[in-house]
Amino acid sequence: MNWKRKDLLGLEELSREEIVAILDTAASFKEVSTREIKKVPALRGKTVVNLFYEPSTRTRVSFEVAAKRLSADVINVAIETSSVRKGETLIDTGRNIEALKADVIVMRHSSSGAAAILAKKVNANVVNAGDGWHEHPTQALLDMFTLKEKTGEIKGLKVCIIGDIAHSRVARSNIWGLTKLGAEVIVCAPRMLIPPEIEKMGVKVSSNADKAIRGVDAVNVLRMQFERDEKTAFPQRLEYYKNFGITKERLHKAGGNIIVMHPGPINRGVEISSEVADGPNSVILEQVTNGIAVRMAVLFLVAGGEKNRT
Amino acid sequence: MGNREEKKILAAEEIHRILIRLSHQILEKNPKASDIVLVGIQTRGVYLARRVQASINDIAGLLPPTGILDITFYRDDLTAVGLNPIVKTTDINFDINEKHVVLVDDVFFTGRTTRAALDELMDFGRPQKIELLVLVDRGHRELPIRADFVGKNIPTSLKEQVEVRLKESDGVDEVVVIEGSGGYK
Amino acid sequence: MRFLIKNSRIIDPSRNFDEPGDILIEDGKVKDIGKNINLEADKIIEASGKIAMPGLVDMHVHLREPGREDKETVESGTRAAAKGGVTSVLAMPNTEPAIDCADSIERIKRISEERAKINVFIAAAITKGRAGRELTDIKKFKNLGVVAVTDDGSSVDDASLMLQAFSAAGKERILVICHCEDRKLSAAGQVNKGLTSTRMGLRGICRESEYSRVKRDIELSAKAGSRVHIAHVSCRESIEIIAKAKKKGINVTAETAPHYFSFNENEVTGFDTNKKMNPPLRSQDDVLSLKQALAEGVIDVVASDHAPHTENEKDVEFDKAAFGVTGLETELSACIELVEEGRLDWLKLSRLIAYNPASILGINKGSLRPGSDADIILVDADKKWQVARGNFVSKSKNSCFIGSTLKGVVEYTILDGRIIYEAGLQGKK
Repeated sequence: MNWKRKDLLGLEELSREEIVAILDTAASFKEVSTREIKKVPALRGKTVVNLFYEPSTRTRVSFEVAAKRLSADVINVAIETSSVRKGETLIDTGRNIEALKADVIVMRHSSSGAAAILAKKVNANVVNAGDGWHEHPTQALLDMFTLKEKTGEIKGLKVCIIGDIAHSRVARSNIWGLTKLGAEVIVCAPRMLIPPEIEKMGVKVSSNADKAIRGVDAVNVLRMQFERDEKTAFPQRLEYYKNFGITKERLHKAGGNIIVMHPGPINRGVEISSEVADGPNSVILEQVTNGIAVRMAVLFLVAGGEKNRT
Repeated sequence: MGNREEKKILAAEEIHRILIRLSHQILEKNPKASDIVLVGIQTRGVYLARRVQASINDIAGLLPPTGILDITFYRDDLTAVGLNPIVKTTDINFDINEKHVVLVDDVFFTGRTTRAALDELMDFGRPQKIELLVLVDRGHRELPIRADFVGKNIPTSLKEQVEVRLKESDGVDEVVVIEGSGGYK
Repeated sequence: MRFLIKNSRIIDPSRNFDEPGDILIEDGKVKDIGKNINLEADKIIEASGKIAMPGLVDMHVHLREPGREDKETVESGTRAAAKGGVTSVLAMPNTEPAIDCADSIERIKRISEERAKINVFIAAAITKGRAGRELTDIKKFKNLGVVAVTDDGSSVDDASLMLQAFSAAGKERILVICHCEDRKLSAAGQVNKGLTSTRMGLRGICRESEYSRVKRDIELSAKAGSRVHIAHVSCRESIEIIAKAKKKGINVTAETAPHYFSFNENEVTGFDTNKKMNPPLRSQDDVLSLKQALAEGVIDVVASDHAPHTENEKDVEFDKAAFGVTGLETELSACIELVEEGRLDWLKLSRLIAYNPASILGINKGSLRPGSDADIILVDADKKWQVARGNFVSKSKNSCFIGSTLKGVVEYTILDGRIIYEAGLQGKK
């Protein structure tokens, strides 16, 4: 398998072989993380810029650790909405960062497609760290890496993704990745949070959590975000927890031996009970550890690939 | 490969004898045999290291710990255009501190692979000594590095390619020189 | 001044004429069409192998002047039109300020007289400022030379106001052109609603937002006894509603734009903002329905919906990018593709892009009948060309055809018997 891509924008465009190549490379990097010296010189002299238009401590830190373990220099640029209003466009910002001789730009942005649009305009490798509701490829890759580690093979697994599917980039990337690797995917959410024609992406759709998770190998629990107004949101939250929250009882009813994943940060008592989040089925912290290996693999592969000439 | 001419330099029997000789030399040079550890460089160095391990066992009745090293992350040409790194595993599940490490590779050429391997080994610990064993040395060094145990010196031109084939990976034991295929593989 | 075009294949949709021959032009009018016209002339073009047909009448063009001269001007837009073989345009009134009163109508007429390279016909707004609240003075418009009213860019949400507009326009025999979109349904949508919006993680524009308004506007126009023309039809349901209304004898006509039958929604999934328009690119099923509707005459007109935007408005995040694409310079080639596919013959094509829109607007264009204005194009139908940013005359480069190879090149554009564009000559007046 030859890695040819300049950028990692999403899993929709990747082939099965490319996804496997990332996961295999990540396995090697996971071994590196067990060494006493966790750092290798693979990206020595390279500069990785974390360009974050949305606050995200955990993804940003994970990329930062990954880049540092590859011996790259890391610069974090957090762009507040206020300075965006001052008028610099996404492409201008990207080009300015490239003028600083950045080799890789890791970008988080609230607009779907932002990474794709930037990637066409800069020579630097662009890694999508989440764009709007579109994709969050490294999160899905680390979810799959964790699943593969736990079960041996993704092919033939049954995985339920539960939560706000309509507004979730994590859901979309997981759907593309898991279906390409031969897993069966069920998405589960209140009807209002199921995007139109999602079944055409090759998944089953359910609005009944108990049915949706019955007999699955793993459930990926998405973070639920209700309106900021605590008072109006409260009954809604209780209702959601009752019908869709992943609790010990619900897991038990569904067959019990189910791997529980969550991209974090978790809302205890909203989409998942504390008991489950901290319990034996949970692999939430392993996901965080694996995230570093997966992001090392992605940075390593794109930085080693060919550069674009525009 | 096309129809480029191949010249066989070593046959299976010769390779076998060379590895026994090199095993004797290792033991001769390292009187405290229990300190010896072997580390093979992916891919064919790994098979050679296992064979050396077996013959040391035959000779001295002791099985030195043997590890695997993949040097991809330590290469100095990683971002050369068109290079598509395929990463294999590194597996050194023993302590190399204060040991006599014998690094094993198939072809000794520019020395850059050895340089990367040395750097990587150093990140695993502080061996008392590192020595280099190679099946063939084809010359053309680009770094001031030498081998301690050499199976056979094969003078080559830069246009030629030296290929070590082993039963484990290629179904046959032989070393060949291929005409005019460009030296760097 | 006598001008002779020799040996072309002549297409005249006004009388189903498709034969080789010569065209004689005198004093800006078609004087005669026949075989072997051998008269002395001031200019003779040998046009064997070329197709001669009426210049395009594009009834949906945003010239942006006044107000957004950074995107396009009457001068640049009509120059682009001439290159595309367009000899008449209907200029949309969504300028800044909108064309909604006598003053602004006079102003755009004056600008056109001074700077337009081709015929510019004027559409005025239905409501003041296109705000959908208060009707413009439609009864005065006819005398000012306005040929249609439209709030294009928006639909008039208030049905009773729309009914009044149809009544007023019906009395004056002014055409009402409807941009059919229920904003409550399309709210903040970016691309076709369905798998495409789901894949891209964007809000969708549903088909209902279009066809529910098509249905409403046809019903209101019938009630008021006015004609209605449906702009930029994009989906199958709208076609079905229009076909049904036509069967019932309702006086409805419709147009679509080349991008809706040249591309389907899959084109936009790479977040190319030059493929973002409203209504959006729809499904392959819709593309096929549109082609069929054009072949069967359910849709009467192909118009470009030429909507120039600056790079600043397009080179941004997809959801922030402006809707719309340019089209004057590519529409003829895009339509020729339908001839290549065998869906249309040249006569039908010429009807869709020249004769029908002229009839619908009630203007004396789109015909080569002796005595008509000599607005003629000569086309090399087999010549291929590569669409690139650099070869546009329009001020804006937001074409969805960039990167495509198209067939059909306009060799000459003739307006009132004068050559106003000749291929290969840069900046020819």
